[in-house]
Amino acid sequence: MMNRSLLLKLLSAFIVFGTWEIAGRIPVSYAFPTFIESMKALFDMTVDGRLFAAYGETLKPLVIGVIISAIVGIAVGLWSGLNEWFDWLFSPIFIVMQAAPLAALIPLLVMIYGIGLTSKIFVVCIMAMPVIVLNTAGAVRNTPSSLTEMGRSFQASNWEVILKIIIPAASPVIFSGLRLGVSAGFIGAILSELKITPTGVGDIITYSRSIADYASMYAAIFSIIVLAVLFLNVLEKIERFLFEGNNRGYASD
Amino acid sequence: MAMPQTNALSEESPSTADIAVSARNVSKNYDNVEALKDLSLEFPRGQLTSLLGPSGCGKTTLLKIIAGLLEPSAGTVHVNGQAVTGPGPDRAFVFQDFALLPWASVIRNVAFGLELRGVATSEREAIAEKYINDVGLSGFEKSYPHELSGGMRQRVGLARALSVDADVLLMDEPFSAVDEQTRRKFQEDLLSLVANENKTFIFVTHSIEEAVYVSDQIAILLPRPSRVSDIIRPTGLREKDLTTIRRDPEYLDIVDEIWTSLKTYVE
Repeated sequence: MMNRSLLLKLLSAFIVFGTWEIAGRIPVSYAFPTFIESMKALFDMTVDGRLFAAYGETLKPLVIGVIISAIVGIAVGLWSGLNEWFDWLFSPIFIVMQAAPLAALIPLLVMIYGIGLTSKIFVVCIMAMPVIVLNTAGAVRNTPSSLTEMGRSFQASNWEVILKIIIPAASPVIFSGLRLGVSAGFIGAILSELKITPTGVGDIITYSRSIADYASMYAAIFSIIVLAVLFLNVLEKIERFLFEGNNRGYASD
Repeated sequence: MAMPQTNALSEESPSTADIAVSARNVSKNYDNVEALKDLSLEFPRGQLTSLLGPSGCGKTTLLKIIAGLLEPSAGTVHVNGQAVTGPGPDRAFVFQDFALLPWASVIRNVAFGLELRGVATSEREAIAEKYINDVGLSGFEKSYPHELSGGMRQRVGLARALSVDADVLLMDEPFSAVDEQTRRKFQEDLLSLVANENKTFIFVTHSIEEAVYVSDQIAILLPRPSRVSDIIRPTGLREKDLTTIRRDPEYLDIVDEIWTSLKTYVE
């Protein structure tokens, strides 16, 4: 069973990369390298250390932004899920943030915070935070009322209801918000490097394109996707570890 | 409107019995809707009282007011002579939808009431173990709720309520979400629970047969606004053999009589 799912995953990867290779060989565009060329460029970048230097730059706003978004996002989400007034006050901000075209806001951020790290962290947060806040708030609001009533009937304090019932009950949706937030954060980090100042992976992408080294450009894009997928898998493992029973379905199923 | 008192059935007067819970002139309004109006009712200690009535008659509302989960708009509820201001250690609740924590194992669910009262892990698990055994779920301690059938889930809910050792057990249609065979077994188990544990049971149901089968006292509630229309005490049935009650003419008469009085309120 385990082997078959692994086999299917490998097959799926083979189909995608095979198609990529074929499309590169036709070629569909002068600017579209083959899979093998791209992997060779990725290998070269890894060996000469350029890739690591680039990620050292890119991960800074990404990690700081995602951590801020997760902590503030879950806190604000919990609070607005629990308190109607707070919800009315703050939810519109995050709904607007989610709907706003970020690229159009970047000049404004640069004007206020300059072209340094602060602006980039802001871009990551604007991308990552709304979905975390809105998912958390929604999950908290949708806690089955019989569970909270059960807690109260056994004399749970408000804190116990929040910590022992509401948060575990909301955790699957909070984690799915975190996953969406983290992947949005990746988009934000790259976007900020393309739109504000070319540093890190964004720099490799911009620079390689300007000298028509398309293989390196695709290698950089490929590496960021791989990193994002790995990160999401780690997040899933953490969730499994923390809330074992949640993966086993709901009593009302 | 009120149903004629059946003299044969109400021999024992409530004033002579020891009263565990009493509701006095309780009203409850939701915005402009009167859910309960000036309702007074007494629940004798060590007995099972059913709240029976058509849907929307406020029986669950009354139960939640007794539990301290809802605040009455007027009137008071006393448990063991003390006015109810909120949930207390003297009452435990059994929920219609079981209200089990899906991420917690059976033993943690059963011990959850004790966990909230700050009982140490080893002690509360020992107590939980005993009640898991009592309700017939030993061997399932490590299972998760979704791995159990509906009837087994409600046994977990019952074990949780029993493990906090409250005087009063409040049961909100506890058997309505389980299948018919399980329900019959539950009803028999409930009767032996009432006989063996010295607890007061308040039992909400919409099934006339169930109420007559298990109750020492049946309070019939009529809707809009809710009030107690009649109190029936099928005392004669309690001495009879459990296996033949359902064929007993007295049982059938009481069921029939309650149905006649409720019929007009059922749409």
